[in-house]
Amino acid sequence: MKTSALLLFPALLSAQVSFDRLLHTDREPNNWLTYSGSLAGQRYSLLDKITPQNVANLELKWVFQARSLEKFEATPLVVDGVMYVTEAPNHVFALDAKTGRIFWDYDYHPSKDARVCCGSVNRGLAILGGTLYMGTIDGRLIAIDSASGRPVWNIEVGDPKLGYSITHAPLVVKDKVMVGVAGGEYGIRGFIAAYDAKTGKEAWKFYTVAGPDDPGGKTWEGDSWKNGGSPAWLTGSYDPSLNLVYWGTGNPGPDWNGDDRAGDNLYSDSALALDADTGKLKWYFQFTPHDEFDYDAVQIPVLVDANWQGRPRKLLMWANRNGFFYVFDRETGKFLAGNAYAKINWATGLDEAGRPMRAPNMSPTPEGKLIYPNLFGATNWYSPSYSPRTQLFYIPSWQDSNMTMAKMSQKYVPGQRYTGGLPRAANAGRRGLRNTPVEDSAYGAILALDPQTGKKKWEFKMTDVTDSGVLTTASDLLFAGGREGYFYALDAQTGAELWHTSLGGQVEAGPMTYSIGGKQYVAIAAGTSLFTFALRD
Amino acid sequence: MVYKGAASLALLFFLLPVGAQTKVDAGHQLYRTHCFVCHGEVGESVPGVSFRSGTFRRASTDDEIARLILNGVPGTGMPPTNLTLDDRRNLVAYLRSMHTAGEVAKGTGDAARGLAILQGKGGCLHCHRVDEKGSRVGPDLSEIGLLRDADYLEKSLIDPDSAIAPANRFVRAVTKQGTTINGRRLNEDTHTIQLIDSDEHLVSLDKSDLRQLTLIKQSPMPSYREKLSPSEIADVVSYLLSLKGTQ
Repeated sequence: MKTSALLLFPALLSAQVSFDRLLHTDREPNNWLTYSGSLAGQRYSLLDKITPQNVANLELKWVFQARSLEKFEATPLVVDGVMYVTEAPNHVFALDAKTGRIFWDYDYHPSKDARVCCGSVNRGLAILGGTLYMGTIDGRLIAIDSASGRPVWNIEVGDPKLGYSITHAPLVVKDKVMVGVAGGEYGIRGFIAAYDAKTGKEAWKFYTVAGPDDPGGKTWEGDSWKNGGSPAWLTGSYDPSLNLVYWGTGNPGPDWNGDDRAGDNLYSDSALALDADTGKLKWYFQFTPHDEFDYDAVQIPVLVDANWQGRPRKLLMWANRNGFFYVFDRETGKFLAGNAYAKINWATGLDEAGRPMRAPNMSPTPEGKLIYPNLFGATNWYSPSYSPRTQLFYIPSWQDSNMTMAKMSQKYVPGQRYTGGLPRAANAGRRGLRNTPVEDSAYGAILALDPQTGKKKWEFKMTDVTDSGVLTTASDLLFAGGREGYFYALDAQTGAELWHTSLGGQVEAGPMTYSIGGKQYVAIAAGTSLFTFALRD
Repeated sequence: MVYKGAASLALLFFLLPVGAQTKVDAGHQLYRTHCFVCHGEVGESVPGVSFRSGTFRRASTDDEIARLILNGVPGTGMPPTNLTLDDRRNLVAYLRSMHTAGEVAKGTGDAARGLAILQGKGGCLHCHRVDEKGSRVGPDLSEIGLLRDADYLEKSLIDPDSAIAPANRFVRAVTKQGTTINGRRLNEDTHTIQLIDSDEHLVSLDKSDLRQLTLIKQSPMPSYREKLSPSEIADVVSYLLSLKGTQ
């Protein structure tokens, strides 16, 4: 009786997604309940039906074609057979995860006041109970009923006229929904805030730009803090044992001209550990003090419990846009190790505390200075992955990228771009439809880093660069793509290519995996569509 | 290159009425903030778009250009903006000013004589094509007047190696069976390469089938420094500048 009811009404399986379920995603690897698959941000799945031996039998099962021509940067959620996904800018769909057929859609039309630096995009949703949460490019946070697609509440997080927007998937912790704001190219004052999941009422707000009377306030010259940027435009991670939320922050403003903001500019380009209940800062680490290169520390914080120098430790691993890979004790914020994983010329290395030693005369000038890596970084927001099986840290990377960065003076005008510079002549990032690299062009790579040594275990090279996230699984498979539109399965141990397919559009999202009735699926967005694969029946 | 661009701008400032100069100045600031990253210093960084040509593919009147700046171009990298109408008008004034005018645009030579050289002693059509005539192996020149300025074209004729664009590199591929294929690369990715070969065939090669793949840095085009006189080169440049394609 029970079985037949389930077969007849699979939607009845949709249970409430309690916070306990979010804490224990390892108990239900058939689902994908958060942006990175778990609150630890590892983008690692325990599913193992697709293996290095059978992965060549993957075939396309269904395609969801977006109506929007914007970049498709979202990672879907899957809850008990239902997929929730956004198409740009803020159009939510509930799909049958087995067929791609639509249950409902909710098309939020952002205000024309929305200002976005880099595409009217959305990277996904969060869920708690029977409610989905979406940030919008016009700076709002919307709660949506997961069964009907009807909005439950809709609040302003930041004023879009001033350049505040939200592009990432929110983070749910306990009874709160947390988001940061984008707008680092518009002279915003960045923050991360938590809202009551039931009502949308603000619970706390942490400004990522220290004010004059705050600790760290003296790291900004004059009134420069007022337009200090330091956005937080990617999802944070959460450690329940410490009750800390980890979040990365972006560049100080204006991006390429630090003349009027002398000082370290806290808490730009930093890893922050915040008390989940109060938003109080427990510790911070600034990767790029007084950044003049647009090296946002906007990456997924990856929480790993592993041995460090022979004893178990709660670690935080972070491959930064600035070209260094870091390991921290996430309880105290103590810097444990840092190593360059790409060509760098703005710093000569890290000191004992992890602070970069700036190379002399390596700052943007009015004429322009050639800087490695370029403003897109040695990696960027593209999701990394950590496999507890291989104990390797995997990142999508741009290798040998450079750019001539020039600064200019600029006055802040509310709502207008406030970048103070002119990046130009990059050796990466094709424009147009054809790719014609030359000898000194940057290239894309998936890197496997050994966190214990900081050294590369292997490198998988691509001709063009990549904006794809990385997924690893318990069968030691790694999935990732690139700008060329290829989607790959690699051997996570060796980096050997096991399978690839051409999706005909740039991969600018993170892969995810789920299963229905014991069948494992892998989904990835490319171009303006979402593609779902499974083994041939 | 930057300084030459600035010099021609200075000339335009001199030619324009004072009020217009202020608008162009304001537009220049806006250009550097909003447009520069993609379109570049002289407005030629996006393939197929040249602000120096004075021609816009998707707009012709000032109002249409201003509307395009507001709305962007869906499906391309051109985003919408929230610039005020005044700002957009200033920006349009600057974009208009980027069009190289007078001798700079037409060159100093005689276009008719240039055509004769192109078809005759220059031998250009052995590799290049203009409208329905010539070979497809080298870059098509039918719209070259929209895409390049006189300085660039003269440099291409005198020192082709220094002016060859990555998009026009030639490759030599040798298959595992020993067949050699020469051609101009059209596209390349991790696994494949697409080219037009010396017989004007479109060829796509799987890199795993190749024994050798060489990207050739030098242009196969000879330098015309010794082959043509300076005035003949000026004639060819003037002819090339007159090529605006069929709209």
